[in-house]
Amino acid sequence: MSRFKKKISGGTPAISTASLPDIVFMLLFFFMVTTTIRDASLKVKIVTPNATEMQKLEKKSLVSYIYVGPPSTTALRETFGTEPRIQLNDAYASINDLAEFVEKERESRDESEASKLTTSLKIDKDTKMGLVTDIKQELRKVNALKINYSTKQGKLASGS
Amino acid sequence: MSKKKARGVPQINAGSMADIAFLLLIFFIVATTMDVDSGILTKLPPMPEENQPEPPEINDRNVLTVLVNAKDQLLVEGTWTDITSLRETTKEFITNPQGKTSLPESPTKAVVSLQNDRGTSYNTYIQVQNELKAAYNEVRNEVSRNKFGKNFDELTADKQKEIQAMYPVKISEAEPKNIGGN
Repeated sequence: MSRFKKKISGGTPAISTASLPDIVFMLLFFFMVTTTIRDASLKVKIVTPNATEMQKLEKKSLVSYIYVGPPSTTALRETFGTEPRIQLNDAYASINDLAEFVEKERESRDESEASKLTTSLKIDKDTKMGLVTDIKQELRKVNALKINYSTKQGKLASGS
Repeated sequence: MSKKKARGVPQINAGSMADIAFLLLIFFIVATTMDVDSGILTKLPPMPEENQPEPPEINDRNVLTVLVNAKDQLLVEGTWTDITSLRETTKEFITNPQGKTSLPESPTKAVVSLQNDRGTSYNTYIQVQNELKAAYNEVRNEVSRNKFGKNFDELTADKQKEIQAMYPVKISEAEPKNIGGN
């Protein structure tokens, strides 16, 4: 009898939290592995066009980005105007800097992987093709032929 | 004295380990960007070498000319067209189901020639590219379903190559002109 009494008076037992660090570590490792830390802060406003026939970019480490669009904040617009500009890494660049940029991107990779380098063009949809064509010509000159036009999944929207 | 020696290294309190792990966890959750970059993959043609032989003349029936002007209007084979009908036109051009003499002899010879103005908007350009690509994808899907009973994406690499050889994507982009100003 005394045994039963003891159980009732004990109340709810405390849940062991000893495995909590293990669970947290598991989550931590998951996020550490999936994380790609954003490396460039955008100075241009980019709304990519919609498309339906898209392919995913296979290896993120083998992609270099070129951003094109109008300056994003009013402060930047006052100094640089509203015309679309090219951004490489963290700063505005001119069309002539592209060759050097591609060269640097290649150097930072393994020699065997440098040929697989894809250039992803993140271009605002209101940009005129003149600038885009200049970029493409520049890429052709340095033999960076694999390119990707970054787009959003979605129905085609006509006009801008 | 002897009592102290026997104790050995004292245990480290691991109670705060969870806190440290939480701190790191929150940092990585905040810093994570999970979006996968995707888009339309294409390959640019290499720069023409000097004193390269002239490219062979292509028969007029094997070329689908698509022109886009600065006002984002389309001219396909000399007629004004809407973007919505471009896909069907391209599909008919690639497959030539009725064997017309104005359309290519075989899909392997079909070339889509795309030319845009410097004033064309990037949005329109992507839409045209998208429609052309969609036309090719649809044709390839239809053929692979007829032949192998599966969609093109689900085929093995060998069979994909076979269909790619039958329906090669040949989109040639001419050097842009500057007609429409800007």
